[in-house]
Amino acid sequence: MAKAIIAEATQTAEQFRSQRRAHWMRLFSQQVLPRIILIAVCALFLLPFYWMVVTALKTTPELAKYPPTFFPSALRWSNFRDATHVITFWLYMRNTAIITALTVIASVISNPIIAYGFSRIEWPGRDKVFLLVLATVFVPFPVLIVALFDIFAKLHWVNTYLPLIVPMFFGQAFWIFLMRQFLMGVPREISDAARIDGANEFRIFYEIVLPQALPAIGVISIFAAIYAWNDFLGPLIYLQDASKYTIAVGLAFFRSQHDFQYSLAMAAATIVVIPVIVLFLFFQRAFVEGITVGSIK
Amino acid sequence: MNSVTVTSPPGNAPTRHRMTRNEWRNLRNGLLFISPWIIGFLAFLVYPIYYTVRISFTKYTGFGPATWIGLDNYHRMINDPIFWKALWNTVYYTALAVPIGVVVAMGLALCMNQRLPEVPLYRAILFIPSIIPGFALSLIFLILMDPTQGIFNRIITSVGLPGINWFGDPAWVKATFVFMAQFGAGQVALIFLASLKAIPASLHEAAMMDGASAMNRFWNITVPLMTPVILYDLILGLSLGLQIFTQAYIITQGGPIDSSRFYVLYLYDNAFKYGQMGYASALSVVLFVITFVLAALIFWSSNRWVNYDTM
Repeated sequence: MAKAIIAEATQTAEQFRSQRRAHWMRLFSQQVLPRIILIAVCALFLLPFYWMVVTALKTTPELAKYPPTFFPSALRWSNFRDATHVITFWLYMRNTAIITALTVIASVISNPIIAYGFSRIEWPGRDKVFLLVLATVFVPFPVLIVALFDIFAKLHWVNTYLPLIVPMFFGQAFWIFLMRQFLMGVPREISDAARIDGANEFRIFYEIVLPQALPAIGVISIFAAIYAWNDFLGPLIYLQDASKYTIAVGLAFFRSQHDFQYSLAMAAATIVVIPVIVLFLFFQRAFVEGITVGSIK
Repeated sequence: MNSVTVTSPPGNAPTRHRMTRNEWRNLRNGLLFISPWIIGFLAFLVYPIYYTVRISFTKYTGFGPATWIGLDNYHRMINDPIFWKALWNTVYYTALAVPIGVVVAMGLALCMNQRLPEVPLYRAILFIPSIIPGFALSLIFLILMDPTQGIFNRIITSVGLPGINWFGDPAWVKATFVFMAQFGAGQVALIFLASLKAIPASLHEAAMMDGASAMNRFWNITVPLMTPVILYDLILGLSLGLQIFTQAYIITQGGPIDSSRFYVLYLYDNAFKYGQMGYASALSVVLFVITFVLAALIFWSSNRWVNYDTM
């Protein structure tokens, strides 16, 4: 009898121990390990920004030191002012801002109209044509640069902003896709009621559906702004006068000069990167929703 | 919606469906709405492709007339060691950067899929490098991985290892670009995370009841359900990987000794530095064909590994 009780007790103790072990294993694999990995990768991902800011603040003698210092011994804030003087920094920033604004306007006009035709009107062959739209995402843009340059040169558009902006009035595949996904979710009934009342399709689009799509339009304007701000190859090819450069081309040009100074380059990079980070922090939700749209398919 | 179709005369064969007035109007309206895209598609994609193919058969400097030289540009390419070098560099980079990118993004997504309250913070930090301008990130990496001024070598040498000339050593430069590409993993990780979250918990619970291990569940539930997203990422990553340009243009200009001369860099130099528009067009045609063939191969293979069952 007593033996049986002891055996049972050891059995439950063992069970208890193995349960505890399983519990700790689960805790480790679900809470501890992912945290370690994420913190390590996040630290790695923050390193470039840390080094950018630190280098931007170093004095010239400190920059020449070997090995490099982890923290600047004196913060030289005037590097930021100097960086904007060695090149016509604010002119490039202004040019970039103009192109960015026009890109946003063009994208916000064109993509909703096109997406409406792919989502709110039923017509034969629509979804097949839409597959063609999606396929264009995979076309590598650089294979077109020779032809586009030559075509735009013949139109006398080279060295103007037109080659960068005009194509935006004709929609971008990914943004059309984004907008279409959103418009499909707007209830049918609201446009059907207007159709019965005899409203024409453009009025239904403009007065009834578009106001419902404001969140998606917000996402597209953010993506368009980032796209224009970050674009390098386009401005590099089409803009030839230094006075028309965007900041992307201006900084690359700065890089190619022999007196390329690390601290000034990083100060300039910091000023260019900050607006993007601020935009992201303000509109995180829009970014996440825009990126993940249609991934669940 | 339209009751008109229901009242079609009984004599009509169902296959020869005649379009009603309503349907005609929809077709017209639909095409009108998408007409900007049709125009853009023809003007900025179809026509330039046709134009590129045509120029690729000519000798053309960008000024004056183009002279027809048939397949000479393509013959020249076959005998051009720099073309082969650039193609090799680009394929090497893509073949490493894309699969590694999938693994890294998947790892990050799996970690972020755990119930940790601070996930939004990780998500923000991981995402930011993927949206800052590539030209700015390139400048940062130039300095970050500088053999003497960079923090990487500072850390490596402080633990007694020899420093590496990341972008300056032909043996390391492509690997360094592959490493740098991983800083874009945040975006893909978010896409993976969204599809991880879409996997019904009941599937995992049922498998756990049957005693399936975590590894088992990952390979038999998670991965199969993620394959459509992985396929999308592989094809997009392939196309983007073969396009690598900005980083190399800013950091290495193709050096040292052509070990980071990537395809588009060579294409760009031919078109805009050497005034070889004809040859650059032939290079464009070949890159287009390579991208298309590789994408088609991945897509064709997807029959064997992509799972389209609904969850």
